[in-house]
Amino acid sequence: VVPGADPSARQLCFAWGPAEVLVCETLFGQRGGSPSRGEGGPGRALLLGALTGCVAGTGEGGPSSSRLFVVRKDQDIYIQTLRKLFNESHGIFIGLQRSEEELAGKSRKAQLVQVSKNYRSVIRACMEDMHQAAISTRDPALHSQYSTQVSILSAMELIWNLCEILFVEAAAAGPLLLRLLDWVRLHVCDVDNMVREVLSSENPSKHKLFWNVVDVFVLQGRMDEARHLLSKEASANPTSVNMYKILDDLMKKMPVPSLGNTQTLTEMELKWQHWHEECQRYLQDGTFASNSHMESICKILLGDEDAILEKKELMTTWYHFLVTRLLYSHPTVKPMELRMDLFLGGESSPEPLDTILMAAFEFEMHQVIKECSIALSNWWFVAHLTDLLDHCKLLQSHNLYFGSNMREFLLLEYASGLFSHHSLWQLGVDYFDHCPEYGRVYLELHIERIPLNTEQKALKVLRICEQRQMHEQVRSICKIMAMKALRNNRLGSALSWSIRAKDAAFATLISDRFLKDYCERGCFSDLDLIDNLGPSMLLSDRLTFLGKYREFHRLYGEKRFSEAGKLLLMLMTAHIAPCSFWMTLLTDALPLLEQKEVIFSAEQTYELMRCLEDLTAGKSDKQKFQVAPDDVETMKVEMLRLALARNLARVIVKEGTLEGS
Amino acid sequence: AMEDVCAKFVSQKISKTRWRPLPADALQPPDLFATGSWDNEDNRISIWSVGDLGNVGLSGEYQGEPQLLCDIRHNGDVMDMQFLDQERIVVASSTGTVTVFRHHQNNQTLSANQRWEKAHYHVDQDTSCGGAACTGVICNNPEIVTVGEDGRINLFRADQKDAVRTIDNADSSTLHAVTFLRTTEILTVNSIGQLKIWDLRQQRNEPSQIFSLTGDRVPLHCVDRHPNQQHIVATGGQDGMLSIWDIRQGTMPVSLLNAHEAEMWEVHFHPSNPDHLFTCSEDGSLWHWDTSTDISEKPSFLHQGGRSTTYFSHNTINQSVVSAWLSNDPTKDRMEITNLIPNQTLSVNSLDILGPCLVYGTDAEAIYVNRQLFA
Repeated sequence: VVPGADPSARQLCFAWGPAEVLVCETLFGQRGGSPSRGEGGPGRALLLGALTGCVAGTGEGGPSSSRLFVVRKDQDIYIQTLRKLFNESHGIFIGLQRSEEELAGKSRKAQLVQVSKNYRSVIRACMEDMHQAAISTRDPALHSQYSTQVSILSAMELIWNLCEILFVEAAAAGPLLLRLLDWVRLHVCDVDNMVREVLSSENPSKHKLFWNVVDVFVLQGRMDEARHLLSKEASANPTSVNMYKILDDLMKKMPVPSLGNTQTLTEMELKWQHWHEECQRYLQDGTFASNSHMESICKILLGDEDAILEKKELMTTWYHFLVTRLLYSHPTVKPMELRMDLFLGGESSPEPLDTILMAAFEFEMHQVIKECSIALSNWWFVAHLTDLLDHCKLLQSHNLYFGSNMREFLLLEYASGLFSHHSLWQLGVDYFDHCPEYGRVYLELHIERIPLNTEQKALKVLRICEQRQMHEQVRSICKIMAMKALRNNRLGSALSWSIRAKDAAFATLISDRFLKDYCERGCFSDLDLIDNLGPSMLLSDRLTFLGKYREFHRLYGEKRFSEAGKLLLMLMTAHIAPCSFWMTLLTDALPLLEQKEVIFSAEQTYELMRCLEDLTAGKSDKQKFQVAPDDVETMKVEMLRLALARNLARVIVKEGTLEGS
Repeated sequence: AMEDVCAKFVSQKISKTRWRPLPADALQPPDLFATGSWDNEDNRISIWSVGDLGNVGLSGEYQGEPQLLCDIRHNGDVMDMQFLDQERIVVASSTGTVTVFRHHQNNQTLSANQRWEKAHYHVDQDTSCGGAACTGVICNNPEIVTVGEDGRINLFRADQKDAVRTIDNADSSTLHAVTFLRTTEILTVNSIGQLKIWDLRQQRNEPSQIFSLTGDRVPLHCVDRHPNQQHIVATGGQDGMLSIWDIRQGTMPVSLLNAHEAEMWEVHFHPSNPDHLFTCSEDGSLWHWDTSTDISEKPSFLHQGGRSTTYFSHNTINQSVVSAWLSNDPTKDRMEITNLIPNQTLSVNSLDILGPCLVYGTDAEAIYVNRQLFA
């Protein structure tokens, strides 16, 4: 719900702005600061079931204009501390894509588990940073914001860890339970403080929470620690030492699934049954009847549901209960049997986290991803988790009715979010690269929208495009930069950019600017560039002319007159020079014609004359429509004719003399 | 030696990293460096301490991980950055402004000490002035030289309000970097593959010498001069190529060495062991070029794995011996090249070396410090 949106107003409209921002008109500031509440749903963002974050209203329009309320699709992108998560996980993601698929069964699985662990360690590191930030800030609003983030990250890690155990590692019966116990120990931290308090007290066995701690250990399957504590209590109660010894013995003998392959499942089940019967015997003959604490522990060992439920406060979560119950009633549980043992927490309606974990326990992978997409305010989690599961070959069959598969859909969403960020866009490129179906199109659309404030940034964007043969985008970026340079009167830079884009039309335009400048000022600017055109001169005819014309000037400056004259004539006869420039060229020929030494041969002089006549003939056609002919122009033509005639006379004499001698 | 590298993610893309220079009589390795960021909504100049080896931080963090001492906002992308002295840093901005920041070591704060607004600017068609990115800065206390996208060269003096000298339109293309050749001469590289020498004593607004890459006009992005043999200059280009020039002779590079796969952003001779050279690139790699080892004294195990590095200390740099950098075919037998970043992804924008210490910064928003470069 967008605050201040007014559905009754006819002109309620939404528009997707750049950077994945949804903009809609609201009534903020119009009605004396009391915004009316409306039901305007922010369109696509919500329909996608995605993460619509509301970023504070921006846009400070004048008093009459309404304000804009900005809704972003992926608000977590904008959290400073999480940038570490995005950047570090980007490296892991790339590593995973590059990793060798060929690795055989076991080592491949080990590799994938390691990748999963790396992702989790990044989440944990971020959580740590966020926690530090929460502690060190004095601003209560910031503190609560950081704390929320910590709990979100911690939930993410909890879910990821469970998925790692169930899906990525897919532990076999036996080891599965050990992994789940580790998982519970790692994430149910509420009782840790109590444990610490009791253990660090002077006389733990006299502490009022002593039995609670023993229970915690038993419930979490931490037998050695429980026995250690009990031994202290036993030494303080010499009268009931026998009872303690029996319980200690039971706990010691409890069969534990082994990690290696040293025992078969049947072996384990046999041992378990045996031990179970022994516990049963002690309970029934009233061995522990005198001590309610010990009796309840024995009941727990027997997997008595009521006894375990009694300790609800010590477990705090339903999934702890689930794992504990499995431990004492069904230790050889196989992954697929978990669903049968599912226990519903019951009382209140389940939180999103509960739903997600339950879906995981039921091996509903797609449900997990869907629920996470809805519950979490970022695409990071689902995109990376889905990608990992896809690499585990667990999602192959599932195709969406739109777009390509789920992995690609989520990666595209995540990467689009990155591209909406002023700085993180570079990370998005690699994600698009690994979306075979639509990645390229997305990248093409997004990359053109990157603001290019410096040439260096433009070069970075260009590099991305060139590496992927995105010719259209390369051209467009160079064009933008060339236009910018031209606007700033940086002709040299503008030309460089259009040469890079091989943009002939623009190179012609800039060459014309150079020539125009020359005509106005009588000298060239940016000689260092024009003298250095090299092969790029061939990009456009006009550019070729510019380069050659400059060469003429150099030859002339170096007093290599006959070469200069030859080049000048060639520029006209080969039609390299634009017609509009012929007059200038002919005028340039004047000083050559007036040299003491004869430069142009008779044949060349004839050609020059023809050029002049062609030009004046073309001119006079046009001038029929003009009111007054240009005096200066007419005088120039006359001067040229005179000079040409004189040159012709001289050259005939000279050539005649040469022939005669 | 990869294990000695400490990484820190800093939530901003790093465009520049620079060690604080050591006092002349210092024996310890450097302990402080500065970084600048780019492409952020607010960019920052930050001062970091690498801490003492035997000193574990208060909250028990991994020793040696860089600790932020102080930072300050910077308007625009940090395009280049140089220490003027022990306390002052000159920063070039994409807005065209050049700022001198002072690092107050007694209370660990940074403040803007001096500022030349729009030292680089465009005059566009409407004759209004817009800032143009200042792309390079070099200091030789008290002198500061800056170059920019506007093709302008400025000479400033610290504590002097106006530019001492400005060469407008010094280059028709973008100037990418600048360095001092001698106290009165500077070297610039530009976007059409040229290396130019400017003599600041002369009033002429033209370079005293122009060198260029043949043909392709590949833009040059960085330049450094050999610390002892001033005629040897290294440049890095857009194609990732390393060029070595002998400015006493010819107008073309002495050697072109295939290096990175994308833009080479920085090249640095080791200030006290100039047989070593370091380059970093947009392709995400950082290379260590070592000419100090001779093939005859090189043990065979060096080739194993292709990543090992060795270091033989050459205390004497004999001027009479032809430098290894100018030998005809340096790739063949006299150079050991090591990529210091195995799993490269995003661009390494900047690096700096001082003593045994290397610091570099990336677009993946991380800074890395290696304090045992030659271990």
